[in-house]
Amino acid sequence: MLRYNSGDTAWVLASAALVLFMTPGLAIFYGGMVRRKNVLAMLMQNFVTMAIVGLAWVWFSYSLAFGPDWGGLGLLGDFRFAALSHISGAIPGMAHQSVPQLAFVAFQMMFAVITAALLTGSSADRLGFAAFCIFVLVWSVVVYDPIAHWVFSPNGWLAKKGTEDFAGGTVVEITSGVSGAALALVVGPRRGWPRELMRPHNVPLSVLGAGILWFGWFGFNAGSALSAGRAVEAFINTNTSTAAALLAWLVVEKLRDGRPTTLGAASGAVAGAVAITPACGFVNTVGATVIGLVAGAACALAVSLKFKFGVDDSLDVLAVHGVGGFIGTLMVGLFGVSAVSGANGLFYGGGFALLGRQALAVLVAVSWAFCATAAVAWAIHKVVGMRVGPDEELAGLDVSLHEESAYDFEAMGSGGVSSRAFITGPEARPAAGKD
Amino acid sequence: MRLVTAVIKPFRLQEVQEALRSAGVVGMTVSEVHGYGRQRGHTEVYRGAEYRVDFVPKVRIDVVCEDDEADRVVEVVEEAARTGKIGDGKIWVVAVEELVRVRTGERGAAAL
Repeated sequence: MLRYNSGDTAWVLASAALVLFMTPGLAIFYGGMVRRKNVLAMLMQNFVTMAIVGLAWVWFSYSLAFGPDWGGLGLLGDFRFAALSHISGAIPGMAHQSVPQLAFVAFQMMFAVITAALLTGSSADRLGFAAFCIFVLVWSVVVYDPIAHWVFSPNGWLAKKGTEDFAGGTVVEITSGVSGAALALVVGPRRGWPRELMRPHNVPLSVLGAGILWFGWFGFNAGSALSAGRAVEAFINTNTSTAAALLAWLVVEKLRDGRPTTLGAASGAVAGAVAITPACGFVNTVGATVIGLVAGAACALAVSLKFKFGVDDSLDVLAVHGVGGFIGTLMVGLFGVSAVSGANGLFYGGGFALLGRQALAVLVAVSWAFCATAAVAWAIHKVVGMRVGPDEELAGLDVSLHEESAYDFEAMGSGGVSSRAFITGPEARPAAGKD
Repeated sequence: MRLVTAVIKPFRLQEVQEALRSAGVVGMTVSEVHGYGRQRGHTEVYRGAEYRVDFVPKVRIDVVCEDDEADRVVEVVEEAARTGKIGDGKIWVVAVEELVRVRTGERGAAAL
């Protein structure tokens, strides 16, 4: 007879909703950074990912990621939980869990959704809509579900080796970052990049998006405790690292470019939340602060690398999520402290053992994400062609793919409603009757 | 009749508008335009990448007036728009052949 804790269950369900909200937050974060003609296409890709991956998850992906292990190899789950059948029992490998399996299904669904959604950032402004839908479904099943099984399922082979990944530094962050770069490499750069100006069209949107991500990340990280009682360290560490990374990014900008920027503050916050993701339940305040500082500075420096390598990772998914996830996952091996939970890292007398296990997980995640994503993207690109035509790309995806435009601020053809008033004070009103 | 066109710094618009009203000018058309002269543009930085923005936002004012009022209109705009710093803009004057008030069909100076 399974006994559930109502407080834990309530927290996990609330966290699932928080994490769901991160995907529209990401859409807004990215939507602000693309050019005006492509903002709806960006929002649309993210929104439709919520639908596609959300359905795939309940029908078969959850079972592949968390179902009973296929052959005991720790590579993939079987189809026992397809369409959420046979799901009244305990989560495989987590018999002690105090939440019903369906709450866990909902919570993990949101992880699968946002990891796939992150790929929209690296391939922005050039993918056809149908091709994107096919890609995101295939990618989620072929690339995400296996690595989620390896690390997140206690029956996965990396989990059995003692990899510590509290909320997805490898599964979500490294996987999305490296996969994003592979996708950008396969489909090629935006037309005109890097010669043409492609500056963000609405930075306030991006700042709002980063704020929504920061908010949702409490569910993402602290929810991963799967217990309201054990969520508190992860909760506070999430904020500490995010804050430290925000400041570190601004310091790098001040020293390198002369000015701290608003987009830099937003990006730094995201980098800090990314880096603490694998570590949030394993480190103390010192660890969370150092991880945030290192990630904020490193990601701020990494964003210019794409120009050196000539890969148009348009919105820096690799530089923020890949690099941030890499730093956070490795630094668990330095700052992990058993007083919080898990094993001791190098700085707390644990020697190199944990650091070695973390390095193995990083190596596996990087290799898997790059090779598997490149293969999936290449195959779909060959069969259906992932990119829109040159005319459609120049006209912008909003009009070309969706026959919509994001903003209508034009007076022309409207009902004469003025969007601005130059005149202040009653004395400035034009005198009547002179006409 | 003359058409006086001024391209000025956006934040001087209210000054210019009030000065023209004080000088008895009863109407004008304004539009948001972009361009550069000697001022050239500026740079913006997003995630460490520097973007050169050549086309600076300006406001364009068009005023149609009688021939003998044109010099006065130019002077008023010039005074009100000047900050003394680079990028204050330009004013030019061209002759207008015909003017029509759409509502009444009045022609020429009567339509002013």
